[in-house]
Amino acid sequence: MAPVEPRVQAATTPGGVILEARNLVKHYGHVTALDGVDFELRSGEILAVVGDNGAGKSSLIKALTGAIVPDSGDILLDGQPIHFKGPLDARKLGIETVYQDLAVAAALDIASNLFLGRERRRPGFLGDVLRMLDKKGMRAEAERSMAELKFHLPSIGSAVESLSGGQRQGVAVARAALFAKKLAIMDEPTAALGVRETGQVLDLIRAIRQRGLPVVLISHNMPNVFEIADRIHIMRLGRRAAVVSPKTHTMADVVAIMTGAAKFEEAASPQAG
Amino acid sequence: MNSASALSFGRTSRIAAKFVGTPSVGPLLVLLAFGVIFSLTNPRFLATQNLSIILQQTVIIGTLAIGQTLIILTAGIDLAVGAICVLGTILAGKLANSGYDPVAAMVLAVLACSAAGVAAGSLISGLRLPPFIVTLGILGIITAALRLISAGGAFSVTDEFLGWTGNTVRLNGFIVTYGVIIMLLLYGMVWFLLNQTQWGRHVYAVGNNPEAARLVGIPVGRLLLSVYVLAAFIYGIAAWLALGRIPNADPNALQTANLDSITAVVIGGTSLFGGRGGLIGTLIGALIVGVLRNGLTLAGIDPLWQDLITGILVIVAVALDQLTRGRR
Amino acid sequence: MSTLPMSTGTKSGTIVKSAVAGFVFFGTAFAVTGHASAEEVIVGLVTKTEVNPFFVKMRQAAEAEAKAKGVKLIARAGKFDGDNEGQVTAIEDLISAGAKGILVTPNNSTGMLGVIKKARDAGVLVIALDTATDPADAVDATFATDNFEAGVQQGAYARKALGDKKPVLAMLDGTPGGTVDTFRHNGYLKGFGLAEGDPAIAGSAITNGAQDKGQVGMENLLSKNGEINAVYTINEPAAAGGYAALKSFGKEADVMLTSIDGGCAGVRDVKAGKIAATVMQFPYKMAAMGVDAIVDYAASGKKPSGFVNTGSFLITDKPVEGIDSKDTEWGLKNCWGD
Repeated sequence: MAPVEPRVQAATTPGGVILEARNLVKHYGHVTALDGVDFELRSGEILAVVGDNGAGKSSLIKALTGAIVPDSGDILLDGQPIHFKGPLDARKLGIETVYQDLAVAAALDIASNLFLGRERRRPGFLGDVLRMLDKKGMRAEAERSMAELKFHLPSIGSAVESLSGGQRQGVAVARAALFAKKLAIMDEPTAALGVRETGQVLDLIRAIRQRGLPVVLISHNMPNVFEIADRIHIMRLGRRAAVVSPKTHTMADVVAIMTGAAKFEEAASPQAG
Repeated sequence: MNSASALSFGRTSRIAAKFVGTPSVGPLLVLLAFGVIFSLTNPRFLATQNLSIILQQTVIIGTLAIGQTLIILTAGIDLAVGAICVLGTILAGKLANSGYDPVAAMVLAVLACSAAGVAAGSLISGLRLPPFIVTLGILGIITAALRLISAGGAFSVTDEFLGWTGNTVRLNGFIVTYGVIIMLLLYGMVWFLLNQTQWGRHVYAVGNNPEAARLVGIPVGRLLLSVYVLAAFIYGIAAWLALGRIPNADPNALQTANLDSITAVVIGGTSLFGGRGGLIGTLIGALIVGVLRNGLTLAGIDPLWQDLITGILVIVAVALDQLTRGRR
Repeated sequence: MSTLPMSTGTKSGTIVKSAVAGFVFFGTAFAVTGHASAEEVIVGLVTKTEVNPFFVKMRQAAEAEAKAKGVKLIARAGKFDGDNEGQVTAIEDLISAGAKGILVTPNNSTGMLGVIKKARDAGVLVIALDTATDPADAVDATFATDNFEAGVQQGAYARKALGDKKPVLAMLDGTPGGTVDTFRHNGYLKGFGLAEGDPAIAGSAITNGAQDKGQVGMENLLSKNGEINAVYTINEPAAAGGYAALKSFGKEADVMLTSIDGGCAGVRDVKAGKIAATVMQFPYKMAAMGVDAIVDYAASGKKPSGFVNTGSFLITDKPVEGIDSKDTEWGLKNCWGD
């Protein structure tokens, strides 16, 4: 296996806060989607974000990926305040997002999908003037990155549509891993998958953490969350109800906080876990 | 099974897989099959002069089909292809006949065609109108405009430069027109764009899954606009090639070019749903139609058979596409 | 994890299967139709379209004549009016097929010149049917109706039948700029005794020889001038449209509506009194004479030349003195399009 490169800057300061949000507020007309929510992602962790429908989960994620602009509040990346105007801004800063609905071009091959929208050109005249793609280079890079993630696919040149659903989502996850300099956000990446295929994708997310890249995982699936997350951020009524550790709390505890059946005063502080 | 046979089986299936992975192989087999059949029916079919004629006959539809392929790859369709091309012939002819410099006349005509592409592309990418409707509308507008410009009648265009693409040149004993060479060069250039550049990648991605393309940051609207403009530019070049074939500008010409070019694209294995297929298939598709018509005439068979067989090929091609897509 | 998808194998199977099916299909088709032998004299016929009954008649006549003379006819056509490319392609294919002679009804008098020259250079006899080329000597010979003369026949009849009435003329033209259209239009005016631009001409309309456009054109002209009492029409469908308009204005009895063509539908309209008279032309004569000329050329090397008028006859049940005509009974026996 190829040696793991220290490609993620944050990995050099373990435990440090990579992405932080303070008191984010977002209104849609009379509806308050985010009601002063706080958020904190630390380096090298998998942070799960859970919450009931309408709890503000997806609004929070959209704010963190630049898909919406919050009415008020601050977002800090590596301690620096940032202002997204759109999803491309977030990508430029090294934040990659994986969507649940398989955002791949199925007719294109795996390498093409990994580099889709960020294709590399050949050096010199061929690339600068003729705009030729560096197909070989991209293929090699794709193969290297797949090997690093221990993600085994038939051939980097085969069409994505010849893959299983789990493998396809794996391609989307690997794409995020390849380009995320700071962190990757996975929005329900296993929602459309079966049990075995879900396992493949979870393995891949672990491999990404292994490389030192922090991951935000939005999921409805409690067993998955407990299997993989280092900490669990629980949303309720547009705010952060608690952050807990799967080691100290049970699924029943988390569900109770989500639904408001229980209050975890001690868990409400970010130091929990 | 012993290991030796397992090995050879593996190799054969790998070769087969590679063949099938290349989408233009099916059409190529059909083309070769027609070639074999027609050369058996009439030995004249294989005469170099006849083969050269088939190539010349493919020039107009073959060139128009390049633009049509680009548009179909983005899951669009262009019904105005013939009308835009005729616009080019009428404008170039009118300007040259009224004393303009013929080169300037042709350049202006190609620009006018490209402008039609700008109009189509803007409506499709900006207002998100369906390509079918937009190009149908443009077909109507241009047809009416052509009748007005040319007062209904055809006129001859005898300028030497405008007819230059019809001149022949001998290549290794094979006589071709400059029009054929220009068509093949266009195929080469657009093939390069489609297969070797980022732009081409994005054409496939937008046709295959526009939402995914948007999510990875491809400027979908701008890409669609560029596709319609490039296609219309090629239709303008096709106008020059058409004047080389027939020194005559006729507002009533090329009425079936939209369907003929779509036929070539579809027989060539490009999916009407976008994102799959390619330019080599289209060239083969256009040649299949030409070979079929020529071969049937040489065999003395009623050309009605041509429409029938072409119809079958189109349905088979679309059915194959649907089946293979459905399985995925 | 699976490796290569199963569908690969199935797909190659499908392609092979369809290729095999194709071979079988075409093999059968060719076995049924057979193919031209090298010795056979091949006559090519290229008409404007395959839908117009005029050309259908032409093709049927050519087929019958070819059969009678023991030669092979290969008929091709454009896909629509104005399909120059389709006609050029057809002539090229016929040269390749080794045709001895080609009969062509050019869509457009200048569009075919290049390919016709190519054919003649290759020793192929080229005869224009129905429509002359420009220049006319681009082909070896032209077998056609003298459309100017046919126009004169129509115009002369209309003038005479109108009697003492002061003429107010409406003209339902075909397609402006068309060769045939111009000849018929000018011929009519000559026969009628009017010059272009005469105030007696109330107006004209473009019909493209189609019934619906003939009707709309006539309606507009009648709205413009209610005094119209004579109507020239490019062909019988335009005349039928014109009649419908006249009828809706209640003027069908007062107007001298005449036409050209000799299609069976048109002759029936004459019989029914909708059209006063029509000038019949003879597509089957053009085709049969054309085939004969090519057979002759194959045998003796003798080429026909110049313009050969295949004739035109005035058909009416209301003959006027001093103008030759045949009645509709004869017309229905000799018409085309049924």
